[in-house]
Amino acid sequence: MTHTQESSRKLVLIGHGMVGQRFLEAFAERGGHAPAWQITVLTEEPRPAYDRVHLTSWFSGTSADELSLWEPEFGDKHGIDLRLGDPATAVDRTARTVTSRSGEVFPYDALVLATGSYPFVPPVPGHDAPGCFVYRTIEDLEAIRAAADTARVGAVVGGGLLGLEAAGALRAMGLETHVVEFAPRLMALQVDDGGGAVLREKIQELGVTVHTGAGTQTVETTADGTVTGMVLSNGATVDTDLVVFSAGVRPRDQLARDCGLPVGERGGITVDANCRTEDPAVWAIGECALAVDGRVYGLVAPGYAMAETVAKQLTDEQGEFTGADLSTKLKLLGVDVASFGDAHGTTPDSLEVLYANSREGVYKKLVIGADGALLGGVLVGDTESYDLLRPLALSGAPLTAPPEQLVLPASIGAAPGPIALPDEAVVCSCHNVTKGAIRSAVADTGCTDVPAVKKCTRAGTGCGSCVKFLTTLVNDELAAQGVELSRGLCAHFDLTRAEIYEIVRVKGITTFARLIDEHGTPGSGLSEGCEICKPVVGSVLASLSPALGDGVSGHILDGEQAALQDTNDHFLANLQRNGSYSVVPRIPGGEVTPAGLITIGEIARDFGLYTKITGGQRIDMFGASVDQLPLIWRRLVDAGFESGHAYGKSLRTVKSCVGQTWCRYGVQDSVALAIELELRYRGLRAPHKLKSAVSGCARECAEARSKDFGVIATSSGWNLYVGGNGGMTPRHADLLLTDADHSTLLRTIDRFLMFYIRTADRLERTAPWIERMEDGLDHLRAVIVEDSLGICADLDALMSRHVSSYEDEWRATLDDPDRLARFVSFVNAPGTPDPTIRFVPERDQIRPADTFGETFVAGATLGVRSLV
Amino acid sequence: MSTAIVQTAMVEVAVGERAVVEVAVGEQWFPVVPYDSLVPGRGVAALVDGEQIALYRDRTGTVHAVGNRDPFSGAYVLSRGLLGSRDGVPVVLSPMYKQAFDLRTGVCLDEDETPDGTPATLPVWPVRTNSPSPQGS
Repeated sequence: MTHTQESSRKLVLIGHGMVGQRFLEAFAERGGHAPAWQITVLTEEPRPAYDRVHLTSWFSGTSADELSLWEPEFGDKHGIDLRLGDPATAVDRTARTVTSRSGEVFPYDALVLATGSYPFVPPVPGHDAPGCFVYRTIEDLEAIRAAADTARVGAVVGGGLLGLEAAGALRAMGLETHVVEFAPRLMALQVDDGGGAVLREKIQELGVTVHTGAGTQTVETTADGTVTGMVLSNGATVDTDLVVFSAGVRPRDQLARDCGLPVGERGGITVDANCRTEDPAVWAIGECALAVDGRVYGLVAPGYAMAETVAKQLTDEQGEFTGADLSTKLKLLGVDVASFGDAHGTTPDSLEVLYANSREGVYKKLVIGADGALLGGVLVGDTESYDLLRPLALSGAPLTAPPEQLVLPASIGAAPGPIALPDEAVVCSCHNVTKGAIRSAVADTGCTDVPAVKKCTRAGTGCGSCVKFLTTLVNDELAAQGVELSRGLCAHFDLTRAEIYEIVRVKGITTFARLIDEHGTPGSGLSEGCEICKPVVGSVLASLSPALGDGVSGHILDGEQAALQDTNDHFLANLQRNGSYSVVPRIPGGEVTPAGLITIGEIARDFGLYTKITGGQRIDMFGASVDQLPLIWRRLVDAGFESGHAYGKSLRTVKSCVGQTWCRYGVQDSVALAIELELRYRGLRAPHKLKSAVSGCARECAEARSKDFGVIATSSGWNLYVGGNGGMTPRHADLLLTDADHSTLLRTIDRFLMFYIRTADRLERTAPWIERMEDGLDHLRAVIVEDSLGICADLDALMSRHVSSYEDEWRATLDDPDRLARFVSFVNAPGTPDPTIRFVPERDQIRPADTFGETFVAGATLGVRSLV
Repeated sequence: MSTAIVQTAMVEVAVGERAVVEVAVGEQWFPVVPYDSLVPGRGVAALVDGEQIALYRDRTGTVHAVGNRDPFSGAYVLSRGLLGSRDGVPVVLSPMYKQAFDLRTGVCLDEDETPDGTPATLPVWPVRTNSPSPQGS
């Protein structure tokens, strides 16, 4: 480094929660990092900042790592010294130093306090018994889960937002759950009595017992401290094995108090509009700060705004935080709840417009000012209109539609769209983007779609909750500009994938050329198509080829179809980062003989390939050059293996546990079914890849519920789950059939897959496909179980043609000199391998060489020769 | 759309079956591959005078020659990319990270530079179809 440490200014951040992390990001973004700044972060928790807003998702399987907001590269890149588990214990404002628990002393030029808050635990007798918990950190959740293992009943003290989350978690762990709330209604801060009543009704329907207007008097314990129950202020008793306190939070301001900084009467470090304390070198942000409007904000969005404010000032920009909107929209225990603006009608002379429907569990209240402007409201059970109403209320503009129209269900009063909003209305509150700014991005800057508007205005790039609304707004604006909106695939087709499927099927179209000539957008007849439409058409032609008969070749490498396939399909292998390919033979159900294993091992050894077991219970071989693919496959096919379609948008694997045959707990032969399913659906081309699994009992070792279709054995049949997903957006599959017999199961999966292939969008997996359907799973069940559209016979026929016409793509390729001809590195020098594909040794195998400085090893011990 | 058919047909008539695609490297023309062995809409790689060249024949019958090295991954794979047309510009999509390159100029339409800061432009070579017997077929 060319600078000296002395030239750096020193920043100390105390606390590494969500707000602290946001501050670091905002600061670094503006140049607040090494070498100009030397940053030290002191934090009490043993782990870096994580997403506390989604803390509850930890119970449903989101790991602590997934919740983490910290990437070590971020710290390295910006020279941030993060001290975990070493909280600050004292601040010396005269010397400008912070002392940590480990005794180390850190000098600072600027100090930012982001110490957050602590849960308030009412000091009732028994509150500190071992069975009492709070709900704030991952460690708290770990302790609750450990206790829940041996508990039957759990009680939550506090019926606010967090308390209801905690109740949901207890219920999900199978505990009989109680909520005790001191106020006369649930979520007293956000909703009114009417909304609270609807919310209570809905939550009790879920089996949670709600006690309102009741304080906790005592937590009762046995002599050894085991919790046995609670006595409430209304005299009632609740028998419970554990208690979770979620009765509000208090600002953690002790450090500030100890060093003489002013704090509020009810806590919170006093700051000005710049989030600065009385000491010009010290700032406070987030839940520990008492903002200039006299409030302590317990929500993350205002905390983020404060973080930005301070980051700006430290990098010589202007920044102010004078208050924030407390509007919220959330889903608690499956119930939609929202409140915005003056939800409680505290404005003098305000009026209320109500819609309540206890049959549907919907409650809506709007607060209207004397001048007719919308001031705020409460929505329970149906929060669809929140995105429109909140900006309308915050803008203060007079309503252009009668308010009663705004609360009626869409089926009665046509709710006005975003057009009713004034231009000043804030649509994206994360980035403070107004409707006017979005309109201008379309009208003046020339953005023509939502991604462009997001890039230009940053709207929708924060929490993402406004994206749906943003899309409507952008589309309205485009329409107003006279731009015709296309739902189409790309510039060449103004058709969706599902429409292309129907056209190909009905007209019997067998070539891309005919399709683009007859159905392409004007002018596209001459063109090549693109990376979007070509593979879609290739996939549709491949899916339908059995039904289309002789007109289209079933083999994806033939004729014009060859030009439509992405590289992986074109070479029937998966392209790797250095231009080599991986080879994946099908191993149905993950069952393989010792002889099969030896064959794979011998082939990998002879061609010098890297081998790895995949997550789908088969074996990948990496590092094959194009020239080697036919030679490798000749040996695999001769040994009885076939293509695993790892390269295609088609069925991958049907994973299985070992099942009843061997397992002590299995109730059905899961391996046999998995093999049958994998062989039945192999080679089926679909809008996206398909994964499946079969578990032999409810223990679910095959993880069937994370698959597009998963089967779990029951003692009397099979349960079928559909629409699951792993990967980036995990989703548990939904139960479609219970205790189905073998033929019902197969018939239903046949129809599910064919209906998906027929109607899904390009690259749309089954999970979003089902979510996109109106009425979701109910609609799917109506179509494929009850045949509500009368198409099941069609779907059955399509699948039966697929099953009977299946042919292994690799075997067919090896038998055909024309198809083999493409497997050369150089068209004018067959037999010459690509000299740029090079490998180096690593852990007794090969890996792609990174630089030309490395020592290469030979790729193959067998020479490359032509098969034809 | 009838234009397309006529144009495609014209090219096919003009080049005949035994025509050979030639690429100029430096001052010299090198014969590479028979024209009719090129699959419309796909590419092949060729070794010409030590250079790895990607050759494509598009739907209109035109042949393009660009460098086979994908500047974003460093892998020699561009001949395996899909052909497409973007706003009327003939392009090849890198099979690695899907950037589009203008087949006429080699310029990347998605990014100006590769991550290591070098310009994301492919070398382009002149191509001609040497037709010994124009009425060949």
